[in-house]
Amino acid sequence: MSTETSPQQAPVTAADHEAHQKEHPSDWVYIQVAIWLGIITALEVSTYFWDDWFGFDASATGVAVALILMMIIKFAGVCLWFMHLRYDHPLFRRVFVFGLLLAVAVYLIAMTALEFWSSSSASGA
Amino acid sequence: MADTVVHEAPTAAPHAGPAAVHGPSHATSTGLSNTKLAMWVFLGSDCLLFGGLISTYLLLRHRVPPGQGPGPTDVFDIPFTSVSSFVLLFSSLTMALAVGAIHRGDERRCRTFLLTTALLGALFVGGQAYEFTVFVREGLGYTTNIFGSAFYTLTGFHGTHVSVGIMFLLGLFILSLRGRLGVERAETVEIFGLYWHFVDIVWILIFTVVYLIP
Repeated sequence: MSTETSPQQAPVTAADHEAHQKEHPSDWVYIQVAIWLGIITALEVSTYFWDDWFGFDASATGVAVALILMMIIKFAGVCLWFMHLRYDHPLFRRVFVFGLLLAVAVYLIAMTALEFWSSSSASGA
Repeated sequence: MADTVVHEAPTAAPHAGPAAVHGPSHATSTGLSNTKLAMWVFLGSDCLLFGGLISTYLLLRHRVPPGQGPGPTDVFDIPFTSVSSFVLLFSSLTMALAVGAIHRGDERRCRTFLLTTALLGALFVGGQAYEFTVFVREGLGYTTNIFGSAFYTLTGFHGTHVSVGIMFLLGLFILSLRGRLGVERAETVEIFGLYWHFVDIVWILIFTVVYLIP
């Protein structure tokens, strides 16, 4: 049930609309972000072939670290530009980041408790 | 408990976002759109769901006893899955372009991009269905081994999210065809766009963690 404290309602003006448009990036910005994301994805996929192309050990820790870094960059790119977190109110960002960090913390603890790291290094050795 | 709704001008909240301009006819006590905030809360909570599924997969994928069906390296077709990833990534672009178009009041362009996004999503789900079929033919069923169970649960949940998104996209497309998706409902398209981009970022995680990291 709602309690209204004021019956006034401000009309949406052309200036408001124009100001709001400035909060959103142009189509060209979206396309540029998508191109960068595509390039990073191509780089990610290429790691699968590094072993054949360069004789590089694809199971090396360095490849995994590089893949995780590229994944984080792509994740952030979509969140900041496509999902407008870069332009929107900080509360939206805080709500989402809270859920994300909570998930990361909870499951890192769970995986540590279940000895994931020791079994991973054992299987990689 | 009663909510207090305060009517105020959109300009009173400098970061109010689309809600203040295209959203409900009144602002809220926070100056933000409740619907948009609710979507962000949902997406934050969905991180926990997918976090649980991804960590479960990581814990179980290498625990396949010898002779109990194929493991990850036996079945994955990275080039095929890479194409699917590009398709979903491209659908995020078309979704962002649809949101941009509706904010400019260009309904026709928005409708085109909504339909394109739905088609790309359907292509992704079709690819996933094909991939599952191949895996089953290669001997990896849902109950074959613990890797199969974890893999199908994780990717199946993601595929379900994409499928639900496609239905919503088609719903928005039909609304637009009927002339009921004008600039005044731009926030609806934007909020759905958040869901669609979230599905994309979850796939970014799955593609790297499940398929690419050895």
